[in-house]
Amino acid sequence: MFNNFFHKLASPKHFYRIAGNLIPWLAGACLLLVLAGLYYGLLVAPPDYQQGDSYRIMFIHVPAAWMSLFIYVVMAVAGAIGLIWRMKLAEVMLISSAPIGASFTFLALVTGSIWGKPMWGTWWVWDARLTSELILLFLYLGVIALHSAIDDRRIAARAVAILALVGVINVPIIHYSVEWWNTLHQGPTVTKFDKPSIHLSMLIPLLLMAVAFKLYYAFVVLMRARCEVLERERNAGWVRELAEEK
Amino acid sequence: MNLTEFLHMGGYGFYVWTSYGISLLVLLVNIIVPARQKTKLLADIARKARRARSTS
Repeated sequence: MFNNFFHKLASPKHFYRIAGNLIPWLAGACLLLVLAGLYYGLLVAPPDYQQGDSYRIMFIHVPAAWMSLFIYVVMAVAGAIGLIWRMKLAEVMLISSAPIGASFTFLALVTGSIWGKPMWGTWWVWDARLTSELILLFLYLGVIALHSAIDDRRIAARAVAILALVGVINVPIIHYSVEWWNTLHQGPTVTKFDKPSIHLSMLIPLLLMAVAFKLYYAFVVLMRARCEVLERERNAGWVRELAEEK
Repeated sequence: MNLTEFLHMGGYGFYVWTSYGISLLVLLVNIIVPARQKTKLLADIARKARRARSTS
């Protein structure tokens, strides 16, 4: 049964249909969690005793930064699957993820910069965390540029898979940068092994937004993947039928 | 808490709302782009299919 399911999922036609059914549910769940996250983050959570209300930027900055790393790992895994098993769907997921990952990386950098100005007194410093995150943005942009520079989709997919795999070395560097180097950026407060050093009233909106961003990525990557499938399969009978139904 | 106080964000209103505003914008654009691309692609494929039939 499971075999059959994965076999069907790998066929572009079924993927297109299943993804189309999932998108509204994922988007709806995402919207609910965002609204709950904004409510608890902006209205319920108290001001920070050191940073006042400026810390509320955290509720988008931190989830965006987590997503920037998460999506890159997804791309690298998809790249490996695409290279080893020549699975077309993995190639589709890789290239569909890149613009979303780039967007979250951009948001992590920009919101961090806007938060840094009142807290550190500067928009930008070349510390290890900020610099390695900037390199991540260039990796995403590199994947997008490389893919659009090669006309043959199969060759393009293999090239970006290799780039995604090589670049994944940057992910642990970003994660541990605040421990390995003396950075202006603070150390981890949530993802450490002992108790998180953040109050529950602030942890709840943070986690709500983190799950909301995951759901956002899930439905937006499916939207992009469906377009990529249509593009690749534009000469297939089912795509023509679908196009002419509209 | 009144609305003015809420928007003021203890003096950090500019920083907080700029962050949330830019994020909303980027996240919305990421939804609009593939939605429009899909409509355009399907229209394009339908047009080409019709043309192929009328010439053959």
